Amino acid sequence: MSISKTKSTRMSRRAFLGYTSALSFAAVLGQVHPVQAAEPVKGGHFVLGLKGGESTNSLDPALSASQVPFNVLRGWGETLLNVAPDGGLEYRLAESVEATDDGQSWHFTIRSGVKFHNGETMTAQDVLKTMERHSNEDSKSGALGIMRGIDSMSVEGNVFTVNLTTASSDLPYLLADYHLVIQPNGGMDDPAAGIGTGPYKITENEPGARHGFEKFADYWDDSRGHYDTYEIIVINDDTARAAALQSGQVNAINIVSPKTAKLFGRAPGISIETTSGRGHYVFVMHVDTPPFDNKDLRLALKYSVNREEMVEKVLNGYGAVGNDTPINDAYPLFDETIPQRQFDLDKAREHYEASGHDGSPIILRVSDAAFAGALDAAALFQQSAQAAGIPLEIKREPADGYWSEVWNKQPFAASYWGGRAVQDQMYTTAYLSTADWNDTRFKNADFDELLLQARAELDENKRKDVYGQMGRLLNEEGGLINPMFNQFIDGVSAKVAGWEANPNAEMMDGFIASKTWFE
Amino acid sequence: MSFVVIKLVSQRIALGLLLLLAATVLIFIGTQILPGDVAQSILGQSATPEALANLRRDLGLNEPALNRYFSWLGNALQGDLGTALTNGKDIAESISGRLNNTLFLAACAAVVSIPLAIFLGLLAVRYRNRWPDKMISAITLATISVPEFILGYIVMYFVAVKLQWLPSVAIVRPDMSVFDRFEAVAMPVIVLTFVVLAHMMRMTRAAILNVMESAYIETAELKGLSAFRIIASHAMPNAISPIVNVVMLNLAYLVVGVVVVEVVFVYPGMGQYLVDHVSKRDVPVVQATGLIFAAVYILLNTTADIIAILANPRLRHPK
Repeated sequence: MSISKTKSTRMSRRAFLGYTSALSFAAVLGQVHPVQAAEPVKGGHFVLGLKGGESTNSLDPALSASQVPFNVLRGWGETLLNVAPDGGLEYRLAESVEATDDGQSWHFTIRSGVKFHNGETMTAQDVLKTMERHSNEDSKSGALGIMRGIDSMSVEGNVFTVNLTTASSDLPYLLADYHLVIQPNGGMDDPAAGIGTGPYKITENEPGARHGFEKFADYWDDSRGHYDTYEIIVINDDTARAAALQSGQVNAINIVSPKTAKLFGRAPGISIETTSGRGHYVFVMHVDTPPFDNKDLRLALKYSVNREEMVEKVLNGYGAVGNDTPINDAYPLFDETIPQRQFDLDKAREHYEASGHDGSPIILRVSDAAFAGALDAAALFQQSAQAAGIPLEIKREPADGYWSEVWNKQPFAASYWGGRAVQDQMYTTAYLSTADWNDTRFKNADFDELLLQARAELDENKRKDVYGQMGRLLNEEGGLINPMFNQFIDGVSAKVAGWEANPNAEMMDGFIASKTWFE
Repeated sequence: MSFVVIKLVSQRIALGLLLLLAATVLIFIGTQILPGDVAQSILGQSATPEALANLRRDLGLNEPALNRYFSWLGNALQGDLGTALTNGKDIAESISGRLNNTLFLAACAAVVSIPLAIFLGLLAVRYRNRWPDKMISAITLATISVPEFILGYIVMYFVAVKLQWLPSVAIVRPDMSVFDRFEAVAMPVIVLTFVVLAHMMRMTRAAILNVMESAYIETAELKGLSAFRIIASHAMPNAISPIVNVVMLNLAYLVVGVVVVEVVFVYPGMGQYLVDHVSKRDVPVVQATGLIFAAVYILLNTTADIIAILANPRLRHPK
C-alpha cells in the first residue's frame, strides 16, 4: 500500500489523522513507496543539465531560491515529509504525525536509525534546531513566512512537537517545504556544509558550474538513490541545454522552451515530459493605488484578456487558462464550480466606462525576467485591451533588478508564482492582509476571516465551500489577473526509467536523481 | 642607449600602475551606483522584510562608502579579496579556479589564432588583390560579423549534435587529464578563433602593405629575393608594433570578453562568474573581478607598448 494513495481520496483532516497511526505501522514494517512498474537497476553515472544556477549559489538550504539550488538540495538533504505526486503526504524523516483534536498541537515521531553524511545519527533534537534556525527572527530563510504561525516547539524522546498560535490542518504540508532540510544541529554550526541525510553525498560544489554527488552508503531507504554517482551541470543557455541532451552529454534537462518542445520531442532518444502544476504567469495590480483601486477598471482589464490565445501563443499549448485566482485543480479542495471568466470585450468596455477612467495611459511594466514570453503576453494583452478602448501601454523594464525594483513596487507589472502545496499556504503567502508577498495589496477583512475559518474547519465539505467563497471573492475583487497556468516541460533521455509526473515542481519535484534509474 | 630604454620602460610601468589605481576608483564608484541593493538581490522574489533587514545588517551595508573603499583597497593590496556576500565563499579561492580556466581557454585560442592570423595576413599580402587575398578577407570578415553565439550554435549543431565528434558542454573538472581538457575546450577555441582572426589578419595585412611601399623593399626586390622572403624577413619586422598592438587587444578580449562563448559552451570561466555576481549585486566579487580584468588589460597594453619601444628605435627618441 502507499501513503499517497490514501490521501488521494481527499479525506478530511480527522480521517487523515485516523489513518496515520496505521500508516506509521506500515512504515515500520517496510518502506512505503508507490508500486513501481519495473525493478530499479542500481548503478551508473547520471548527469543533469539544468537552467537556473548562478555562481552566487550557496549550499545553505535557507538561501535556496532558484532551480539548481533546489535540485541540489533534494540530492543531499531530506525534509520531514514530502508532498506526493497526487497531493497526499509521504513520510520521510518523520515516521508518523499526530495532532490534537483542535489542530493546534502537532506531534511528529522522528524516524530512528537515520544517519547524516558525517556519520552522526539524526535525532529529534536536530529537527528542533533546524526548525528553530528557519523560524528565528534573525533568519534569512525563504521558509520564514510559513514558520510564522508557530507558537512553540519542543522535543521529547523521538517526538518533535509543534504548538501553533491558531489551528491549522495543513501544518504537515507546510513542514514539507523544500527549504526545511534537516541538518546536524539544525545547521547552526555551518549552514552551508552540505551535510544532510539524503540519498547522495555532495562531493563537489562549484556554484554556477557543476555539483557532484555520490551515493551515500548508509542511506536508510532502498527505494531511492539508484545511481552510484550523479552530477548537475549548470547550463543556463536554452539552446546549449537542448544540444547537450541531444548529443548525449546529459541525461535530462529542465525548462525546455515551449516554442521548441514539439520539434525537440521528435528527436530520437528523447522524450518531453510535461507536467501540469500550480505555477502561473500573472499580471498583478495594486488594488490600493489609482487607477487600480477602482473595481470596474480591474474588471475591465480582467475581461479584456484573451486567455485561450495566451495559452496557445505564449505557452504553445503547454498550459491551461487561469481564472484570476492562484488556485487550479492541482490543489486539494479546489472548487470547480467557480465560473471561468471569459474573454468578453463588451463587458470590458462596459466596466471601463463605468470606472470613469480619465483616459490617461495605464502602464503595464514587463520584462522577460517575469516569465518566459512575458513581453509577448503583454503585447497580446495590449491589443485586446485597446480593442475594448482601454489605453493599455507596455513599459519594458530591464531583467536585471526586475524583482527588486519593479515587482511588488510598481502598481501594475508582470510576475509569476510557483504555487504552493495547499490553498491555505498559497493564500497565506500572498493574499492575506498581513502577507509578506502581498503583491496585489489585497487587504480584505472578509477574505482574512474566511481563511482563518477554513484553517480551523475540520469538515472537508465545509472547508471546500469556504475555499470556494474565497476564490469567488478574489476572482471578483482581487488585483490578480491570472491568464494562464504553465506546465513544467522537462526533457529526458530514453535511457532513463522510472519517470513519474509530479505537479509539485519541475524534475519530479527535484527527485529525478533519487527516483529514476538507467534501463 | 640602454639607459633610455630602461627609463622609458619604467615610465610605462609606472603609468600602468597609476592607471590601475584610477581603475580601482572607477570600479568602486561603479559598484556603488548599481541600482538595487545586495540583500534584495540575494533573496530575490522570496524576500521578506525581516529577512532583508537581517541580511543587510550582516553584510555591513550600513558603513560609509569611503571607509569601505580604503579598507577594500588595503586588503586587496595584501591579496585578501574578502568573501562573497552571496554564498560566503573565499573570493580569491573561487577566482583562482575560474581565472585558470579563463587563461587556459585564452591561451589555447591564442596559440591557434595568432600564428594563423599572421600567416594568413602574410599570405594575403603575397597574393594581394588576387583570389587568395580576397577569399581570406571574405571568410574572416564573415566570421567576425556573425554574432558569437550564433557561430557557437552553428559549430555545436554540426560538430556536437550531428557528427558527435566533440562535446558541446565544455565543462572542465579538476581531475581531468591535459588531453581531456584540450578536447573539452576544442569547440570554444574554434569559435573564438573565428571571432578574433579577422581583426589580427587585416591589421597584419595593412601594416605590411604600408611598409611594402618603402624604398628598401624595392632594393630587396632588385636583389632578387623571393616575394615571401621579402615579406617575412624584411617587411614584417618593421610592421611589428601595430601587429603586436592588435594582438594584445585581442588577447585582452580573450581574457575579459568571452562571456557569451562561456555561456553557450558552459565553460566555467571568469565572464559568467562576473555576470552572475553583478546581477546579485555581490559587490566584493564584482570589485575583485573588475580589478583583475583591469589589471589584465593594462598589463597587456603596457606589454604591447614595451615591445613597440624595443622593436622600433625611433620610439626611443621622442621629439
